[in-house]
Amino acid sequence: MAPKKLGLKQRYAHMTRGLDWETTYQPMDAVFPYDTFEGIKIKDWSAWEDPFRLTMDSYWKFQAEKERKLYAVLDAFAQNNGQTGVSDGRYINVVKLFLTGVSPLEYQAHRGFAFTGRHLRGAGPRIACQMQSLDELRHLQTQIHTISHYNKFFDGIGEFPHMHDRVWYLSVPKSFFDDARAAGPFEFMIAIGFAFEYLLTNLLFVPFMSGAAYNGDMSTVTFGFSAQSDESRHMTLGIEVIKFLLEQHPDNLPIVQKWVDKWFWRGFRVLGLVAMMMDYMLPKKVMSWKEAWEIYFTEAGGSLFQDLERYGLKVPKYADVATEAAEHISHQNWAVFYQYSHAAAFHTWMPDKEHLDWLSEKYPNTFDKYYRPRWEMWAEMEKEGKRFYNPSLPQLCQVCQIPMAYTEPGDPTKIAFRCTEVAGETYHFCSDGCKDIFDAEPEKYIQSWLPVHQIFQGNCGGATVPDVLNWYRMNVGADNMDYVGSPDDRLWSEWHAAKTREAV
Amino acid sequence: MSVTAIVPDYARRIEPRDPVENFHGNMLVYVHWEDHLSFCSAVAFPLPPAIPFGAFVSEVVAPAYAAHPEAASIDWSAVVWMIDGATKVPDMEASLAANGMKHKTLVRFWTPGLSGWKGTAS
Amino acid sequence: MAQIASITLLHNDDARPIIEAILADNPGVRVLNMPGAVKLDCDDELVVNRASVEARLGRPWEPQEIQLVLISMAGNLDEDDDWFKLSWKH
Repeated sequence: MAPKKLGLKQRYAHMTRGLDWETTYQPMDAVFPYDTFEGIKIKDWSAWEDPFRLTMDSYWKFQAEKERKLYAVLDAFAQNNGQTGVSDGRYINVVKLFLTGVSPLEYQAHRGFAFTGRHLRGAGPRIACQMQSLDELRHLQTQIHTISHYNKFFDGIGEFPHMHDRVWYLSVPKSFFDDARAAGPFEFMIAIGFAFEYLLTNLLFVPFMSGAAYNGDMSTVTFGFSAQSDESRHMTLGIEVIKFLLEQHPDNLPIVQKWVDKWFWRGFRVLGLVAMMMDYMLPKKVMSWKEAWEIYFTEAGGSLFQDLERYGLKVPKYADVATEAAEHISHQNWAVFYQYSHAAAFHTWMPDKEHLDWLSEKYPNTFDKYYRPRWEMWAEMEKEGKRFYNPSLPQLCQVCQIPMAYTEPGDPTKIAFRCTEVAGETYHFCSDGCKDIFDAEPEKYIQSWLPVHQIFQGNCGGATVPDVLNWYRMNVGADNMDYVGSPDDRLWSEWHAAKTREAV
Repeated sequence: MSVTAIVPDYARRIEPRDPVENFHGNMLVYVHWEDHLSFCSAVAFPLPPAIPFGAFVSEVVAPAYAAHPEAASIDWSAVVWMIDGATKVPDMEASLAANGMKHKTLVRFWTPGLSGWKGTAS
Repeated sequence: MAQIASITLLHNDDARPIIEAILADNPGVRVLNMPGAVKLDCDDELVVNRASVEARLGRPWEPQEIQLVLISMAGNLDEDDDWFKLSWKH
């Protein structure tokens, strides 16, 4: 009789817990010095559940298969000049913003989960973190590989790691991850594993990659969905860590609640970039940011927090404010980039009439009243040859580092100003959410590297805008400014003229 | 509240990044024209604390907002000023410092009769 | 309000037998089609049965293979040799 095959649960137990041991040369507390200082109490690490029950051997098998599928598509895309078949040349700017703003976060996540896995003493979470760390590295590599094809034709792509560390708006996603990685391993798990992966990445990857599919970008949709298949595992890890911490000790609840509140708000602010991509940058639109928020936060998040109520965990503080802001943030963000187009490494453009009509339809309560007039005013100025630029540098929020462009909840005509004083110095914030985060850990955020302040201190290549753009390695006249009239625009028009000629 | 750190003396190991000493004799001033959100946020300037408020208005504030179609209609003598949350009538001859401004002061101003393009706060 | 158990899958040939199995085994399932992806929602619980997928696929299939076409999900996961289940029930 053939030996009986082990069931999934048994195999998982043998290949994870079964390979773990208690250290004896050194005490466990010396081997794992980071997993106690945050105040989290763990009574029984073996209570950790990994519902995917994925073992390392299966992990390699599935990941290899995903890679084979992805690279087959990338090859086909390159061989068939897929770049000429996207919906419009403007679309490429979505890819640029993704590579400069999001891909380096994959690397940060890789580092963060490697650290966290190393420093949690339970074998279950350690293995899950190890897999996630490898996943994140894979995501970065596949994103660079995919987008490198566009780099052969379009501007604003080649200097992405340098730009990520320096450019003013990229300090928003960068500082978000720096904040998480500068925390202890449990906070990192809640920040990235729970708040980001579980609550918010659906908003990043699902509508956005579906948008790539709709806009003919076969290569991006493939890396996006290939990454997203790993995300499902990451989301599961995120929810398991929450349940595990809350089940282990009642003292963990207030700590976890504080982190959930903080990282929900941090993540919501960063995702404003995605809101803008969806509502303004995709030439063919899948759904509005507001619709995506309803599906992925209100509906999916609602179910989740209803489930977590039994542990006493509440819906994140200011979730209602974020939901109200879903009416506004995409418009407010695109307006920031429109007026600072000279300092951005991707192109901006004025939404045309059809696009404005779509926004009016998707945002019936607010768009015609507050935002349509703004675009119409700027369109008139463009027509008169006075394209509107903001000649000054913006005030930034000390926590999220975004220009202080967000308005008071309930009044889209008033900028929200908040401030606090520490040791005689004033710090400014865009919202109650960011102010609360600062007030809880002022020592951390008084160290924020705010790009505008750094420019004024003389740390960014010089005193003039061209000096700073040079320090960013921005190719002025190619990477920045409006799409219309850019080298990208000329190239795209040539391709299309050639297609038409060939068709005749 | 304060940060939870693995080292007990964390607060002593760090430095704030933006004290006034780092700005080469200048202080940071933020300015915002209310009801004109085509300027997406308040804007920031490094300024000598000794310049008169009047010069600040004519040489810093007015040029920053000149691109707006309503800018030419501003009656600067009728402007309502708010400095760090308090409504004030600034002394145009006196310095920024003498007008109560310090490093990272926020100056908001309202222009009576002007409430943005077609009255939409844009 | 009913809690929604949900799964989002690639809309391709590999996922089709799984999508069909979900539609057959989960009465009341709601379908949201997006470019390149399909989101399937069910009140409280949604299950993918190995036997149902195998019947459509015509070969042995282990629930872990779902990872090759999975985009997103919502609900507490229970995975075993015979099923992949998302549920808000306790």
